[in-house]
Amino acid sequence: MPKDNSIHSVLIIGSGPIIIGQACEFDYSGSQAARSLREEGVKVFLINSNPATIMTDPMMADKVYLLPLTVESIEQILEENIANGTAIDAVLPTMGGQTALNLAKEANDLGIWEKFGVKMIGVDIKAIDKAEDREKFRQWMIGMGIPVAPARIANSFLEGKEFAQQIGFPLVIRPSFTLGGTGGGFVHDKNDLDEALNRGLQASPIHEVLVEKAVLGWKEFELELLRDAADNVCIICTVENFDPMGVHTGDSITVAPAMTLSDTAMQLMRNTAIRMMRDLGNFAGGCNVQFALDPDTEGIIAIEINPRVSRSSALASKATGYPIAKIAAKLAIGYTLDELENQITKTTSAYFEPALDYVIVKVPRWNFDKFKGANDTLGLQMKSVGEVMAIGRSFTEAIQKACQSLENNAVGLGYYGKSMMHAEEILERIKTPKWDRIFRIKDALMMGVSVNTIAKATGIDRWFIYEIQKICNCEKEIAKYKLDTLPAELLKEAKLLGFSDEQISRIMNNGSEEEVYEKRKAEGIRRVYKMVDTCSAEFEAKTPYFYSTFEAPSNSHAGGEQLLSNESKVSDKKKIIVLGSGPNRIGQGIEFDYCCVHGLLAIKECGYEAIMVNCNPETVSTDFDMADKLYFEPVYWEHLLEIIEHEKPDGVIVQLGGQTALKLSERLQEKGIPIIGTSFDSMDIAEDRGRFSDMLKELEIPYPDYGTAHTVDEAIAVANKVGYPVLVRPSYVLGGQRMRIVINDEELEKAVVSLLKHIPGNKILIDHFLDRCQEAEIDAIFDGEGFHVMGVMEHIEPAGIHSGDSNAVLPAFNLTPLVVQTMEEYAEKIARQLQIKGLINIQFAVKDGKVYVIEANPRASRTTPFIAKAYGIPYLNIATKIMMGANKLRDFKFEKKLKGYAIKEPVFSFEKFPGVNKELGPEMKSTGEAIRFIKDLRDPYFRQLYKDRSMYLSK
Amino acid sequence: MTEQKTAILLLQDGTVYYGKSFGAIGTTGGEICFNTGMTGYQEVFTDPSYYGQVLIMNSVHVGNYGVKDEDVQSDTVKIRGLIGRNLEELFSRKQASGSLGDYLRENEIVSIEEVDTRALVAHIRTKGAMNCIISSEISDLDVLKKKLSEVPDMAGLELASRVSTKKVYEMGDTGSKVRIAVMDYGVKKHILQCLVDRGAYIKVFPAKTKLEELKKFDPSGYFISNGPGDPSAMKYGIELVSGILEEGKPTFGICLGHQLLALANGIPTFKMHHGHRGLNHPVKNLVTGLCEITTQNHGFGVDPEAVKKAENVEVTHVNLNDHSIEGIRLKNKPAFSVQYHPESTPGPQDSRYLFDEFINMIVAN
Repeated sequence: MPKDNSIHSVLIIGSGPIIIGQACEFDYSGSQAARSLREEGVKVFLINSNPATIMTDPMMADKVYLLPLTVESIEQILEENIANGTAIDAVLPTMGGQTALNLAKEANDLGIWEKFGVKMIGVDIKAIDKAEDREKFRQWMIGMGIPVAPARIANSFLEGKEFAQQIGFPLVIRPSFTLGGTGGGFVHDKNDLDEALNRGLQASPIHEVLVEKAVLGWKEFELELLRDAADNVCIICTVENFDPMGVHTGDSITVAPAMTLSDTAMQLMRNTAIRMMRDLGNFAGGCNVQFALDPDTEGIIAIEINPRVSRSSALASKATGYPIAKIAAKLAIGYTLDELENQITKTTSAYFEPALDYVIVKVPRWNFDKFKGANDTLGLQMKSVGEVMAIGRSFTEAIQKACQSLENNAVGLGYYGKSMMHAEEILERIKTPKWDRIFRIKDALMMGVSVNTIAKATGIDRWFIYEIQKICNCEKEIAKYKLDTLPAELLKEAKLLGFSDEQISRIMNNGSEEEVYEKRKAEGIRRVYKMVDTCSAEFEAKTPYFYSTFEAPSNSHAGGEQLLSNESKVSDKKKIIVLGSGPNRIGQGIEFDYCCVHGLLAIKECGYEAIMVNCNPETVSTDFDMADKLYFEPVYWEHLLEIIEHEKPDGVIVQLGGQTALKLSERLQEKGIPIIGTSFDSMDIAEDRGRFSDMLKELEIPYPDYGTAHTVDEAIAVANKVGYPVLVRPSYVLGGQRMRIVINDEELEKAVVSLLKHIPGNKILIDHFLDRCQEAEIDAIFDGEGFHVMGVMEHIEPAGIHSGDSNAVLPAFNLTPLVVQTMEEYAEKIARQLQIKGLINIQFAVKDGKVYVIEANPRASRTTPFIAKAYGIPYLNIATKIMMGANKLRDFKFEKKLKGYAIKEPVFSFEKFPGVNKELGPEMKSTGEAIRFIKDLRDPYFRQLYKDRSMYLSK
Repeated sequence: MTEQKTAILLLQDGTVYYGKSFGAIGTTGGEICFNTGMTGYQEVFTDPSYYGQVLIMNSVHVGNYGVKDEDVQSDTVKIRGLIGRNLEELFSRKQASGSLGDYLRENEIVSIEEVDTRALVAHIRTKGAMNCIISSEISDLDVLKKKLSEVPDMAGLELASRVSTKKVYEMGDTGSKVRIAVMDYGVKKHILQCLVDRGAYIKVFPAKTKLEELKKFDPSGYFISNGPGDPSAMKYGIELVSGILEEGKPTFGICLGHQLLALANGIPTFKMHHGHRGLNHPVKNLVTGLCEITTQNHGFGVDPEAVKKAENVEVTHVNLNDHSIEGIRLKNKPAFSVQYHPESTPGPQDSRYLFDEFINMIVAN
């Protein structure tokens, strides 16, 4: 069936601010859908309130509406377009997660779509209900003869208790219509039932929960499928959860392709999933089906179906190279799969099932440190804030690469230099799934605990534990040697198993990372790059999407050729590498993906080859369509260095990937690798409190009195010198990590002891805290000569609340013109002194009319995308061109299009952590942000915010 | 675990890989080919159509769930040798009866791992199928080269009779009205199962059985099986299929059976550049317009130009990737065939409907 020609314009609904359970994967799917539809000549309108997204960029759609995701906004858009003579024909609700589906459903219930003659494409309401309403889903499965866990639906507390008694423990409480398992949980015995029931009933918007038998310990699998209107279905990816049933799939380590699945079990799942999809009703697009498998019988039960693209489909797209959202969007406007081509090979069909000749491992990234008192046991409700994906030619290689990607100081799978627990203690600990379980499993194996014991304690399939044991065996071998004596064969084996050079040096307790690297280089043990091609090399692919691995080269005999092991051919073009920001976490999220994408595009515009390095599967920057070349690799020194040695780029951009990328600049500098834009030394001045303050002093710019300390005694002396209250924090951290405000010696001592425990040897910064002052910030660009203020933002909340958690108003609304002018002057002085080439963000405190500089970040900041959106100026594109020296500021015209004010509102995920108070302080806690435009300061929303500004402030 | 020995892989064009030995120790040769499937390795290894071939598994981990007696597609392992990136000794499936390593040793299959299988596959994709040799006992390349030259060329090679049953046997309900004579050129067990599951009574005949023998069974339909080797080298098979068609009874052919049906209608076959082997090949049914994901395993194909010219033959299925012929039916006779494997095992079961169609055809006749 060809394209439906009655559809000329489509409204895509985004997923709104980032919250736990709904992150930038929907920016990836939304942007793909928008591009895919526009390729077909369809006009795209887009609504999303999240300014940090690529999808809301003017280049992505014919018109972008940065509005709150409400029915009122939808009505406003539809009305406006009818008035403009550009009536919208259809709405695509399957790209914006649960938020978009719920909004589409709400609008449907209110008759909005019908009223404006808008057709819902991709999915219909009946299909949504069938899939999303737990009881309808169950009845539907039972009707088709597909097994499900025994369960009953309860609409009251009483009913819930009654059914729990019937079904028996352990059981699960699942609220209907909630996101990422919000409000759900396991109940292991009667004592926990009341609380769990209450929470579930309250979490569900219709106060309905499913009381279900828990199949703890069964294996969990996810299938990502595509279906078209002609009923063709294909499975794009089968993902196996390393963690058994009981851990939300967003919090599970997952692996693709499925590792432990026999063909019999695989086909049973495939057939069942296809039957479900065909019976779902009107649906054309990407869909996710989850199953639990009983390892004793290989029998399966259906867990759920999501008739939309999801976090898993984003992962599956990156894992296979098959752009699910892009194809799903085309299916929604009527195409069938056999009419479309494979986007990677460009010669074969889109109707096929990708074959993988590598393993991908996804490991979630948690931020429990930000939520004091949160229950860190993993369960039904997703708690992770981000994820990494790693690709290798074995599970062991991939899992170790994933650990290297996590940026929690792991150098591979294992704790090095930290004291281990006793075997009994560890065994007890791994029974409960926590964020560090995989590390503990490895510790247990290192201590000699058997695979069977671990498999029994965790419910994790034995095969995975055997693989981890391979890592342990190799590690024990390595430990017998020193750098000089380490045999080349063993070194090669270690690299095949994914060990990093640093890890090897730590295991030997001898030699440095660099020495191990030099040694293996001398032995010819170098990375090669393989392509992700959807087809296991069966067909030639043209997509420059690579990962690294180690492979022994072929030899030749009697005229035989040496086969091509390294598939990443280096072009003779000038090229620049952009470093991504790794896994999303609080303080460093989607906004840097936005920056990287614009960086890539700007580099391309300047005629260079743009090369992306990142390991976050949720991002747009790791879409193989974005860069000229994508290395899906850890943003980790060893991997980066080998890419650089292979590609020999003209430079590396570190300003766009947040602190992750910036951190690598020192080593780039040491190796003499050109950093594009601001020099390392300037960045170091900005990051190093001592050097920075000296500079401010020289420039006669006021700053809060401060000092540094390495011990409690030093800290107390400094605090008394600068005067309480003081702000205590470690140096070189992100998002105000472990930052505290203290008011006396006793509190200070506690804070310092805690800091030194977590980050031993760190230099502690102690600043006088300007109580009750006003906070503001500036984002600016400097090109060596000219200076441009992108925006001046004033925070509604007083100082003491992290800037990321503050509502920021653009432009300043309450500061006097003199203050704003002073801020701008200081900013320029700093930029000039630091010889910034590109972006800088400066934070200010204003007290009694006096302006103090708090800090400067010589890179793209969290607010850069917000300003670009509010003013409608492509600031990232401009900044990148300036970094590269391709342009000067004077080459651009800056026409700020904002009428009234734009507010950047922080969005929190506290409801994921029952029992944790919404307390705000100097440590950032928000997971996302929204933009809201107001005409003037009489706006009721703004007035309310202003009234509440100090409510959540704590220490 | 004992230290693994070094093993050598030598290709006809002189390419050499050093890897680690897996399975049996020894030397083995055959035509190198690759399979992109990610599940069902045991089913693949026991598929008689792989007879004489050394198989690269593109999937990087093989052996993870061990082996299980019920999963075989014939009584023995049919591949000549196995090449993998990571072949696993340790497995986790509770239903498994043993490990892949033991299984390969018992079946004397010499294998090699830790080889850059992806580079090899790309090489074969560009250079085409060729012979190869694996050895974990000979390290002298010149000796290996000599041994390699003794491995026969697949083109023109008749192999069906070597893997076919030696004795006639029957399966299914003896009282069934649906009586199918199955020509075994290397039939996969699951094909027989698919027929029996649909109520057929089947009798399986050795490769070189004459039509008269088949007729004594009084079949209401004929089935021409899959199998290894070059179909054009099977004069006896082509003659038999021509004879079967004369009978005018419903006839269904799979893979080699498909090629024989074509040859019996004057349509030539050819040796493909590197064949189709995997579980993910997209096929479109031109009759219904629906698509199916299929299991494939063939190194020879039916000439598309000749099919289009043949007056009494209609194309029913095409491959969506390379537009090769995947299915035909005769216009004047109740006979049809597909190049792929509707019984799958391993692989997607989208095409099982073809067995229903065959049975219905017999019932209607």
